[in-house]
Amino acid sequence: MKYGIWTLALATGLAVGSSAVNAETLTAGFASEPSSVDPLYHNLGPNNALRKHMFEALVGEDENLAIVPMLAVSWSNPDPLTWEFKLREGVKFHDGGDFTSRDFLYTACRIPNVPNSPSSMAGFTKTAETITAPDSHTIRVTTAAPYPLLLSDFASFGVVSASANGHDGPVTYSKDGCEGIASYPPSEDYNSGKAAIGTGPFKFASFVPGDRITMTRNDGYWGDKPYWDEIVIRPITNSGARVAALLAGDVDIIEKPPVQDLERLKSDPAVNVVEGPSSRVIYLHFDHEGEPSPGITGTNDKNPLKDIRVRKAMSLAIDRKLIVDRIMGGQAVVARQLVPDFMRGVDPEIALEEPNAEEAKRLLAEAGYPDGFNLVLGTPNDRYINDSKIAQAVAQMFTRVGIKTEIDAMTASVFFSRRNGYEFSLYLAGWGASGAGMASPLRALVATQNKDKGLGGTNRGRYSNAALDAEIEAALATVDPAEHDAALRRASKIVVDDVAILPLHFEVTPWALRAGLTTTPRADQHTVLTTVRPAN
Amino acid sequence: MSTIPVESPFKRFAEDFFSSPTAVIAGFGVLVIACLAIFAGPISPQNPYDLAEINIMDGSLPPGSVGFDGFYYLLGTDEQGRDMLSAMIYGLRISLSVSLIAVGSAVFIGMSLGMLAAWAGGRIESLIMRAVDIQLSFPTLLVALLLLAILGKGVDKVIIALVLVQWAYFARTVRAAALVEIRKDYVMAARCLALHPMRILFGHVMPNCLPPIIVIATVQVANAIAIEASLSFLGVGVPITEPSLGLLISNGFGYLLSGRYWISFYPGVMLLVTLVCINVVGDHIREILNPRTKK
Amino acid sequence: MLAYLIRRLGQSFLVMAVMATIVFFGLYMVGNPIDLLINPEDDLAAQEEAIRRLGLDQPVYIQFLQFLKGVATGNLGVSFVHNTPALELILSRLPATLELAFFAMLFAVLIGIPLGMFAGLYPKSPGSRIIMGGSIIGFSTPNFWQGLMLIMLFAVFWRVLPSGGRGETTELFGVPVSFLTLDGLKHLILPALNLAIFKISLVIRLSRAGTAEVSLQDYVKYARARGLSEKRVVGVHILKNILIPVVTVLGLELGNVIAFAVVTETVFAWPGIGKLLIDSIGLLDRPVVVAYMMLTVFMFVMINFFVDMAYSMLDPRIRIKAGKA
Repeated sequence: MKYGIWTLALATGLAVGSSAVNAETLTAGFASEPSSVDPLYHNLGPNNALRKHMFEALVGEDENLAIVPMLAVSWSNPDPLTWEFKLREGVKFHDGGDFTSRDFLYTACRIPNVPNSPSSMAGFTKTAETITAPDSHTIRVTTAAPYPLLLSDFASFGVVSASANGHDGPVTYSKDGCEGIASYPPSEDYNSGKAAIGTGPFKFASFVPGDRITMTRNDGYWGDKPYWDEIVIRPITNSGARVAALLAGDVDIIEKPPVQDLERLKSDPAVNVVEGPSSRVIYLHFDHEGEPSPGITGTNDKNPLKDIRVRKAMSLAIDRKLIVDRIMGGQAVVARQLVPDFMRGVDPEIALEEPNAEEAKRLLAEAGYPDGFNLVLGTPNDRYINDSKIAQAVAQMFTRVGIKTEIDAMTASVFFSRRNGYEFSLYLAGWGASGAGMASPLRALVATQNKDKGLGGTNRGRYSNAALDAEIEAALATVDPAEHDAALRRASKIVVDDVAILPLHFEVTPWALRAGLTTTPRADQHTVLTTVRPAN
Repeated sequence: MSTIPVESPFKRFAEDFFSSPTAVIAGFGVLVIACLAIFAGPISPQNPYDLAEINIMDGSLPPGSVGFDGFYYLLGTDEQGRDMLSAMIYGLRISLSVSLIAVGSAVFIGMSLGMLAAWAGGRIESLIMRAVDIQLSFPTLLVALLLLAILGKGVDKVIIALVLVQWAYFARTVRAAALVEIRKDYVMAARCLALHPMRILFGHVMPNCLPPIIVIATVQVANAIAIEASLSFLGVGVPITEPSLGLLISNGFGYLLSGRYWISFYPGVMLLVTLVCINVVGDHIREILNPRTKK
Repeated sequence: MLAYLIRRLGQSFLVMAVMATIVFFGLYMVGNPIDLLINPEDDLAAQEEAIRRLGLDQPVYIQFLQFLKGVATGNLGVSFVHNTPALELILSRLPATLELAFFAMLFAVLIGIPLGMFAGLYPKSPGSRIIMGGSIIGFSTPNFWQGLMLIMLFAVFWRVLPSGGRGETTELFGVPVSFLTLDGLKHLILPALNLAIFKISLVIRLSRAGTAEVSLQDYVKYARARGLSEKRVVGVHILKNILIPVVTVLGLELGNVIAFAVVTETVFAWPGIGKLLIDSIGLLDRPVVVAYMMLTVFMFVMINFFVDMAYSMLDPRIRIKAGKA
């Protein structure tokens, strides 16, 4: 290329010039902007990723989402209904105040009292009947029934400082509302920095909505001191612009570089690409209920998706490997179960499936659809990596075995509203499992819808299978890890055998950094700048 | 005005037009583009919408590659294995038909309302012209964007949005021209003959209002194509299953940096050529029809 | 003049009310924002709780009445996404967009008028042909495509300007602006240029046509005949006369600039109101979209008003007519 020398010369010049001034500032380009600095306001990816820099949870999740000590150094179950956490000694908040059990109680009290929260953290504390503090560094939690996922729940929200929130007295937690706390600060107090006081490795510096969030190093941090003096998070939603910003040297690390650019970024000596498997599965969900089903024609109003032979045929029709290679550029791992192998609850006996178009056609004919039928596949086009392109590829593959498939692609807002209104016979969506592992997608995607038990919240295919429900409930009724995992494995086998849902692949999450830097990829796809450091 | 009927105005127009080589080239370009769009089916090597015809194995091939089944891809393929040349020809068809239908409807609505305003006068006129003023005081892109935010995606919805933002231009122009015409003797004569107002308006007044409408319509077709492309880029335009040139560009947007330039570049060039040709032709027609610039 | 002003204000108030109503109900029809905001892992009970908290469980007419009640007290609603009053959110982003629009206009005038005048004075020269050809291309290429090309050239290949974002800002009369620092200025150039290209083409055409026409007028011929220097003839007599149409059209185009800022801000990650609008439409953040619309309608009314004022100041003939009306 003609401009190669130019680029190199200028790049070197710029690198030298800029490194002298702010060698210790790390600037990151994020794909989406957190909606608030308040760690308890919105339970959503970008907010939770931001939270990890400033606010820490009682227990942490490592890069593979395994539970590790954080503000609590150890925990135990004196009986199946009780959890006891020992808190870390000597931890200080950014304002110099000591972290004690009182702050955790205050955090639990504030969670249901964040005004206008569109998706609150209340789900993480609702199983706790009582939360008490026997002393300043012990927390005791009791539950009504054995609840194995408490650790993963408590890893999901950051602890805020009671004093910085304007409360100085003692705190008594009660499930029906804490008493003695005059008022809780609104989220704006966090955005302005007033209440944004945590224990994390970075301190809040400034928040300019739409432009940047700046944080500085917390020199009093209890753990490993971060490498950077200052970190800046810039939301750059357009993926092309994000790559351009990295190549231009405006940012040091970007998340979610587009799949199609990876090859070029990898071959660019000025860029380092780091990849890691994620827990996000991309799946197709069938309409198991509607008769006739809204997007199916040519079947005399029958719903062929209720026939397991048809579901099996559709699974066999899809060449997942080809999708991973061609559409995802290799940035995905073929899936058959709902969480990747490194997470708990996966049945190692279940093998991947080989595509077989002939067998698929045979099964369709056997089920009474030798000429196939017409199907509309609903998909968002701006939510998951290459979502509508994956849908188009799947449609091609279905069409080849006789199921003439059309794509109905739409923006995420419209898609989710229509999906929740059961307007699709088949839809494409994604699920990022939490540290709970297999229990996370099983509870939400395939358990029978049951509001009281909190099951089937995202089961918009209305799948219902009593045997599966029994295994899921068994898993959720024991705090013994081995028993819990065994029940999950049995449940996963039922899902696969009944083709309740069609997992396609797990996304592999790439990050692109300026050469010389590296980071630790996280399975929850969060970008945590604390782990960014010089390579070697 | 052609008071001496020695030569027909069309002949004179044609002579003026052909006197400029740039305009002739651009006019020829418009003709070629129109043919491509009309005969997209037989011309393009592949039907890019037929999922049975495209093969994902041929995804992202550079221009001039030979595919899995021995198919020759002159301009390469996109990530779905769709022949870019075919996708562009079909995309051109969608871009052109969306904008032509939109502008056609806008001309019809605008003209009717404009002539009604000129003819009826009084309250009706001021009501219509108020609406025109209000419409024109808002930027077209923004109004279209908000409309589509409400209506949702779809070719029909883009057309509705384009009509709603364009009718006012025609209404205003037609009213101004019609006001002049209505005061002329031939209309008085027609009125004296007690001809039906519809007949006077559409039979006599309208043909004389056409020249400025033609100029504006040409520009607005180019405008409509550009607006539709921008809307599709912002994610509220046509759906991915019916990609216009604008959507093809924005689809390929992300591939530009990865070296797969052809997915975005060629549709961009085609859009550019289309718009430049239409604008040059429109410019030239305006110059011929504008008596002030005539020497 | 006063009666005219009052009538116009009343009218725009009506337009604002009608549009706010349409957008409010329209967005209600599109979908439920909670489907996007909620964490999918939440169970059904938590989802219903969140819907209640945001007041989305109420029938739409109740929601609308509450919105009207808020408007009466100057409260345009609280953003579903950011938990901040919508108006406050927009006003905090407004300076960025206005700065961008202002510099785009400045570029349009500073680049467009000299080029257009040159083309008008020497229509046959090859330079003029290049200018006019360039203006047609600038007119014809879509804004987002130009933006991407600018990023590719200046930010990626030559690495002389940053690819996006706003850069360093300093306070000027309490408003954050970026043009006072070198870093801020560097970030400003590309997006402003991107937004300006279309206007530059427009100004070139206007000032070329104006120059060609004015050059033939008697007073120019007279000025030349009087032996005034060419500099003075062009710089004073011609320039002053072509300014009127240019200022009018540019003023009216200011609204369009703010509209097209939506595209430019999306391409360059510029933290203005246009990007906020696109994000809010995507997330169905109804209060923000409705407030944005009401604010922009208000802004356009003001712009049109000031254009009229500027117009009448530049052209005394219009002042007399306005006095009569």
